[in-house]
Amino acid sequence: MAAPVRIFLLVLLLLGPGGWGRAEPPRDSLREELVITPLPSGDVAATFQFRTRWDSELQREGGTDHSFLRYAVLPREVVCTENLTPWKKLLPCSSKAGLSVLLKADRLFHTSYHSQAVHIRPVCRNARCTSVSWELRQTLSVVFDAFVTGQGKKDWSLFRMFSRTLTEPCPLASESRVYVDVTSYGQDNETLEVYPPPLTTYQDVILGTRKTYAVYDLLDAAVVSNSRSLNIQLKWKRPPENEAPPVPFLYAQRYVSGYGLQSGQLSTLLYNTHPYRAFPVLLLDTVPWYLRLYVHTLTITSKGKENKPSYIHYQPAQDRMQPHLLEMLIQLPASSITKVSIQFERALLKWTEYTPDPNHGFYVSPSVLSALVPSVVAAKPGDWEESPLFNSLFPVSDSSSYFVRLYTEPLLVSLPTPDFSMPYNVVCLTCTVVAVCYGSFYNLLTRTFQIEEPRKGGLVKRLANLIRRARGVPPL
Amino acid sequence: MGLLSDPVRRRALARLVLRLNAPLCVLSYVAGIAWFLALAFPPLTQRTYMSENAMGSTMVEEQFAGGDRARSLARDFAAHRRKSGALPVAWLERTMRSVGLEVYTQSFSRKLPFPDETHERYMVSGINVYGILRAPRAASTESLVLTVPCGPDSTNSQAVGLMLALAAHSGQIYWAKDIIFLVTEHDLLGTEAWLEAYHDVNITGMQSSPLQGRAGAIQAAVALELSSDVVTSLDVAVEGLNGQLPNLDLLNLFQTFCQKGGLLCTLQGKLQPQDWTSIDGPLQSVQTLLLMVLQQASGRPHGAHGLFLRYRVEALTLRGINSFRQYKYDLVAVGKALEGMFRKLNHLLERLHQSFFFYLLPALSRFVSIGLYMPAAGFLLLVLGLKALELWMQLHEAGVGPEEAGENPPHPLTQGVGLASLVAPLLVSQAMGLALYILPVLGQHVATQHFPVAEAEAVVLTLLAIYAAGLALPHNTHRVVSTQAPDRGWMALKLVALIYLALQLACITLTNFSLGFLLAASMVPAAAITKPSGPRALYAALLVLTSPAATLLGSLFLWRELQEAPLSLTEGWQLFLATLAQGVLEHHTYGALLFPLLALGLYPCWLLFWNVLFWK
Repeated sequence: MAAPVRIFLLVLLLLGPGGWGRAEPPRDSLREELVITPLPSGDVAATFQFRTRWDSELQREGGTDHSFLRYAVLPREVVCTENLTPWKKLLPCSSKAGLSVLLKADRLFHTSYHSQAVHIRPVCRNARCTSVSWELRQTLSVVFDAFVTGQGKKDWSLFRMFSRTLTEPCPLASESRVYVDVTSYGQDNETLEVYPPPLTTYQDVILGTRKTYAVYDLLDAAVVSNSRSLNIQLKWKRPPENEAPPVPFLYAQRYVSGYGLQSGQLSTLLYNTHPYRAFPVLLLDTVPWYLRLYVHTLTITSKGKENKPSYIHYQPAQDRMQPHLLEMLIQLPASSITKVSIQFERALLKWTEYTPDPNHGFYVSPSVLSALVPSVVAAKPGDWEESPLFNSLFPVSDSSSYFVRLYTEPLLVSLPTPDFSMPYNVVCLTCTVVAVCYGSFYNLLTRTFQIEEPRKGGLVKRLANLIRRARGVPPL
Repeated sequence: MGLLSDPVRRRALARLVLRLNAPLCVLSYVAGIAWFLALAFPPLTQRTYMSENAMGSTMVEEQFAGGDRARSLARDFAAHRRKSGALPVAWLERTMRSVGLEVYTQSFSRKLPFPDETHERYMVSGINVYGILRAPRAASTESLVLTVPCGPDSTNSQAVGLMLALAAHSGQIYWAKDIIFLVTEHDLLGTEAWLEAYHDVNITGMQSSPLQGRAGAIQAAVALELSSDVVTSLDVAVEGLNGQLPNLDLLNLFQTFCQKGGLLCTLQGKLQPQDWTSIDGPLQSVQTLLLMVLQQASGRPHGAHGLFLRYRVEALTLRGINSFRQYKYDLVAVGKALEGMFRKLNHLLERLHQSFFFYLLPALSRFVSIGLYMPAAGFLLLVLGLKALELWMQLHEAGVGPEEAGENPPHPLTQGVGLASLVAPLLVSQAMGLALYILPVLGQHVATQHFPVAEAEAVVLTLLAIYAAGLALPHNTHRVVSTQAPDRGWMALKLVALIYLALQLACITLTNFSLGFLLAASMVPAAAITKPSGPRALYAALLVLTSPAATLLGSLFLWRELQEAPLSLTEGWQLFLATLAQGVLEHHTYGALLFPLLALGLYPCWLLFWNVLFWK
């Protein structure tokens, strides 16, 4: 499932040791790397990672305090160059030297996938974690679509992807490497070749499969000095055929079901395609308050049977204050589709609360899935500080599984929207008409009217009667 | 209000209503019909204009040039289709994948309530194939749909070819919304199955496999029907299920590209009148208007787009017509128009909402807005109101001479209407309606066992039998009402029936003007004049001629007449029977509401008037 582009603002501020922080980290300034992965479809994925670490005077206090844990999502964000520029400025060499010279906006935004992230976390400096360092990791992943820019050819080079080549490492970097995935998926012979031939290769288990990488170390003078620039080229020996991409063990899909503007249902489909292993998944959902969830309608079914989650945490929404928070631990049976659905009712917003383009709809943030997915091959937990940076994206907890965090697609839900072109006209007119008519009709319907002749007329009538008498006509 | 609370003026007003009732009614009816016919003439029709800024001012350049590719794909598709006898799913999957789409299939099956003789199907099962073109760097929250419904034979293969060629051409960087290319089997049944699965609802009892791939909220859809390599004109259909219409901006968009590409575009198969100054233009637009009203009133989807409208997806159908006109366009012209439409829809920031949702179209570039056509129905319904008012006053003896009334004020309690006598006719007629709704489909097996008829015939004949039996049933199960006021009983019944009819028609008119207006135009006169005295045979004939079924029959003749394909009497009767079966089927397969509306609402109401006529 080719995940679409989105940018998440996921700020995880944990005062305490970071998720996988080890004691006594090396105090490096900058590590940068570029991982190029040819995809079976012929497209090429490029992932940049930059890690900066610095010491901090901030002292750690006691244990992890969960009241400082924050989670926020901005589901509606269209990435553009405005997101890239400040991101680039965080890099020590900006885009002047090192791998970051490849970050040309006009190329990066001609891709079919773009994902950009900033992670910040504290890392313990000693075993008792009395002092912490801060780690800033920036990642950027893009997928170059063979259909969009390749003009039918599926061979790639750095120059064709980025219209730049690599010349020198960032002077501040302690490590600056390019990894190219040269794993042969098929039978015996290799499917693609890389030029220039790599000096070293690196093998590891990533996402549960064994991979081989060609490594180009920019700090190694031999790599760059030959032609004063490094332009890595990929050539397919056998052009890849257009076939359905391999299916991962865990993927998910989310959608809104139902029609009409009153109620609906949020459904999340969790796919476990592993042939024989079940594994648990932690599902985190935040739903805005204007979708009023009916918690009693929460149903989780796998293979036609009800699936009881082993843990549920639900925090109801408060209008205009906080969203619904729903967290569940669900066991996914082997080769199954689990459907998590919950019904909701669309709330009416105050008319000032609508966004400037209300008929576009309102976004619902994606679900977050965290899971330990079984590996195909066993991996040994390595030393995160020594191995390449991309390893830390999919940490291995034990040899048989690796950690994955997935985001489903954000949803667009339309709410009942008034016609903003004439709210005043409509409101004022209806109120006036109702107010005027209501009293009169109520009067008419509840009273009986009888004619009562006045005893004495008014002044005018008396005068008229005087004149009439003078004329000899019967009085009124 | 002061006018009504002053007893003297009130009495005067009452006398006016009583005395001038008949002329007022005639005047109101004539005004309603005249207003409707005037809708086709310029002061009431306006030029259409694009309201949506996102689609109006921006320009797009169409670059589609895959005419040859479309033709060869269409030939391949037709050949595979002929070979396999069904939708060539594997070929479609392969082809869609080779042009860079994410391809999924959906299988569905549906057992119709009774065999569909028009389309020759009963147990239907098929496979829909759809490919999603993912917009680069977008989050799959919105999508557009291009759908090609495929029928049982290999018609529409050119549309499949064009769609695939467009998909191959569409791998561009500028898309902001995903595009779903959908090929459905068994035309509308497949579309319904796909739509229900996409929105994860089940409203018609369709069995289908869940969809594996989705692309967010669908913003707009275009259905394409082409059956030849060249077209002389493109016909656009807007009327959807239950008379729902897409936003007028979508039609405006189509018309923009018609003009830009110099295509000949028609509405209801009629060209736009060129000359609005002479009488010919408006006359032609009256015909187009009537055709649209008949089409909309039928409540059946006029193309696959009609089913999208329920899910608030603005949609229309484009039909390539190949007639004997001289200038022919090839697939490139049609492809360019489609490409342009999709690129402009791609610009949309919000759902289409700026323009009208309720409109009538006397020509492709002219429309009548809801504020202008509603008075026509209002005048017709006023007749019922006036009649009801008259009856109410007669029952309360208001409006009698002022002298007597002043001296002996009316005593509503002593003159109370015997409401108890109304219960029986109301219940009996409603029960007849319920029987008409339930029995034909439920009792088809019993009927086929005892009579030498097929199921579909059995349903239609049972329908007609129950309809006719309703006329013969003794509704007057009431005992003799008070002898002093023999008229009181039927007057009360007619009063209730008038109000019931007026309410129903008003509600129908609000949602589907065409249906409401047609029913009002036919039912109101007979309903207004029916009474148990006078020329009863004449009244009875008039009442039968304006019953809902007779209105349907008349509409069929009018429709074919306007299409310049007049029906003979026997053909008309055959078509009528087929239409009845289709109406029942469409209720069960797509959720069309015309059949339950007529059976449960208007037929019982009409029976009440029949009852008034034969009141003893």
